[in-house]
Amino acid sequence: MSSFIVRGAAPLGGEPTDLLLADGRIVEIGPGLSAAGAHVVDAAGLIALPGLVDLHTHLREPGREDAETVESGTRAAALGGFTAVHAMANTSPVADTAGVVEQVWRMGQEYGHADVRPVGAVTVGLAGEWLAELGAMADCPAAVRVFSDDGKCVSDAVLMRRALEYVKAFDGVIAQHAQEPRLTEGAQMNEGEMSALLGLGGWPAVAEEAIIARDCLLAAHVGSRLHVCHVSTAGSVDLIRWAKAKGWDVTAEVTPHHLVLTDDLVRSYDPIYKVNPPLRTHSDVEALRAGLADGTIDAVATDHAPHADEDKDCEWAAAAMGMLGLQTALAVVQQVMVDTGLLDWAGVADRMSIRPARIGRVDGHGRSIAVDQPANLTLYDPSAPWVVDGDQLASRSRNTPYRGRELPGAVYATFLRGRPTVLDGKIA
Amino acid sequence: MKRHLLSAADLTRDDAVAILDTAAELARLADRPIKKLPTLRGRTVVNLFYEDSTRTRTSFELAAKRLSADVINFAAKGSSVSKGESLKDTALTLEAMGADAVVVRHFASGAPHRLATAGWIRGSVINAGDGTHEHPTQALLDAYTMRDRLGGIEGRRVSIVGDILHSRVARSNVLLLHTLGAEVTLVAPPTLLPVGVGSWPCAVSYDLDAELPKSDVVMMLRVQRERMNAAFFPSAREYSRRYGLHSERMATLPEHAIVMHPGPMNRGMEITAPVADSVRSTIVEQVSNGLSVRMAVLYLLLSGSEPAIGRDDETEGA
Repeated sequence: MSSFIVRGAAPLGGEPTDLLLADGRIVEIGPGLSAAGAHVVDAAGLIALPGLVDLHTHLREPGREDAETVESGTRAAALGGFTAVHAMANTSPVADTAGVVEQVWRMGQEYGHADVRPVGAVTVGLAGEWLAELGAMADCPAAVRVFSDDGKCVSDAVLMRRALEYVKAFDGVIAQHAQEPRLTEGAQMNEGEMSALLGLGGWPAVAEEAIIARDCLLAAHVGSRLHVCHVSTAGSVDLIRWAKAKGWDVTAEVTPHHLVLTDDLVRSYDPIYKVNPPLRTHSDVEALRAGLADGTIDAVATDHAPHADEDKDCEWAAAAMGMLGLQTALAVVQQVMVDTGLLDWAGVADRMSIRPARIGRVDGHGRSIAVDQPANLTLYDPSAPWVVDGDQLASRSRNTPYRGRELPGAVYATFLRGRPTVLDGKIA
Repeated sequence: MKRHLLSAADLTRDDAVAILDTAAELARLADRPIKKLPTLRGRTVVNLFYEDSTRTRTSFELAAKRLSADVINFAAKGSSVSKGESLKDTALTLEAMGADAVVVRHFASGAPHRLATAGWIRGSVINAGDGTHEHPTQALLDAYTMRDRLGGIEGRRVSIVGDILHSRVARSNVLLLHTLGAEVTLVAPPTLLPVGVGSWPCAVSYDLDAELPKSDVVMMLRVQRERMNAAFFPSAREYSRRYGLHSERMATLPEHAIVMHPGPMNRGMEITAPVADSVRSTIVEQVSNGLSVRMAVLYLLLSGSEPAIGRDDETEGA
């Protein structure tokens, strides 16, 4: 197997050094390394991070291969610096059986751009009526540990309680899409001044917060792990802070877009900004950044949601919800968290690799950059501004809200078990 | 004026006054034996209606025809739209047909905005009502009616009563009447007021009886009976008692005050028959004023600064 010397990289933004990668592991760290036959990667000026882990990716396969496939989605992941992604269950058929999750997992293995960890549905067909065979999905080769009906909320309190209790048997976690269904009937955007002005159905913050509050109490009651998907409101951050202060095993994620975009953008009625949960207000964005900075929010998760053109190039009400995220996530986090002084690179590694891997129980990822650790690495250039060209992204879809915007930094290389999946900003 | 009319907020005070003045000029046409001008001859106006609305569609159709435009009525029902054609593809078809203006009524808020800004068509887009967003020509015809009946709008007190939450008429009226200097109060149960209404340029009240004696205009909005099922209010009876306009309530209005309704009405629900048919009611006038206002809008968007009427009726407009 090839070995690599990464020369002059700065682990977590610290002092530059060399890394020798061989046999899938980091075998040596120090200045002036040399090794016979090793490929040398000039990493001067680059920051080395443990390979990023996404807790929330939609790969669309099986069922909507026109929007994304495991192959195209994991290529986008690798280009974004990710070495492992969790593939959400709302495919067609739904990933609610061992057969489907194993199929997705095997495709990830085959293409090899990133490790794919399928997320199993909590309920059969995401219908919120019967528990899916959670144990079978946990026991199959895909070894599912994260279960979610994402896109739909497990709104039945009894079902949610049972799911939380049941997954304790195999150290699973329920990742809840917190959306009280009755309070969000007909919802199109954040409820507030802008929805009133635009005449679009409002999605009130309390519809997210009420479910989070309930689920924290349920998780505490049964002593299980709860993970809250894509929190979007200041009130949600407060609730998670409260649950953590109680010592409960509650974790949460925030998307890059909820850290930077606000509901003011909906004024354009451009469905590129239609997402669930919706873009919120400036004060919510501030609270989310603060929550991520102080660790209340554990992880940045992309909620990468590719959609075919016809599902976005239409009127707002008819448009699908979601936006791309894998290839822009790290640069957005740099812009809003690092360049603003809210988080250092060690913090980025913690929120985008270490904690997500721990929450998802992803072996071999999210480790420190140290000798004998798996060589899953991201080399990132924080001084490589680029203008996002939606047509040049690796995804099969083009629904990026950052089209034409300048982002401050770019992924230079991604290593998966010592093998480059991306080198010089391109698929290796 | 801008190229499109998507929202009452698009109109400056000067724009709005120009439309109302032009409408007043064009209204004179109604008294002539031949009610037609050559102004928009050779222009194509498409009525693109995704939602049934005989009143508004007919008004726009007649307005365009009176200005000699070619008019195409494109209703979603029974058309390619019912076969699943997207708004984008419909727009591209209209563009290929050379539509100079598209008058769009759509059940989705923002659809006219999308049509105007997505780069699908080059013509002017006129919002003829979109979802629960806006209906700017309704607000213009309401303003025209108020100006006509009361002699002016500046400083007048207008109470808009009923289902504000779902009303595109209320949104457009608040914006336009504020621009024209009126003081607007929205009157409704709290459940039928939008959450963000506090930032609108108007006052809010839950008490109709308190507002009527100080209102120059009371505009009643239609209340859909299906709102009851969604618990916006307990019963039709209770709604009528608290927010319906009946003769006794009307009697508390100042002597000069007028009663408006954008139609269609639920007689007996938000307004009783004697009120709707009283001399104070402007409901029928609103319909005829709508024609003049829509002629003015089409004329100003498509024909620019040429005089609309009066120079030489037989001369073609630009």
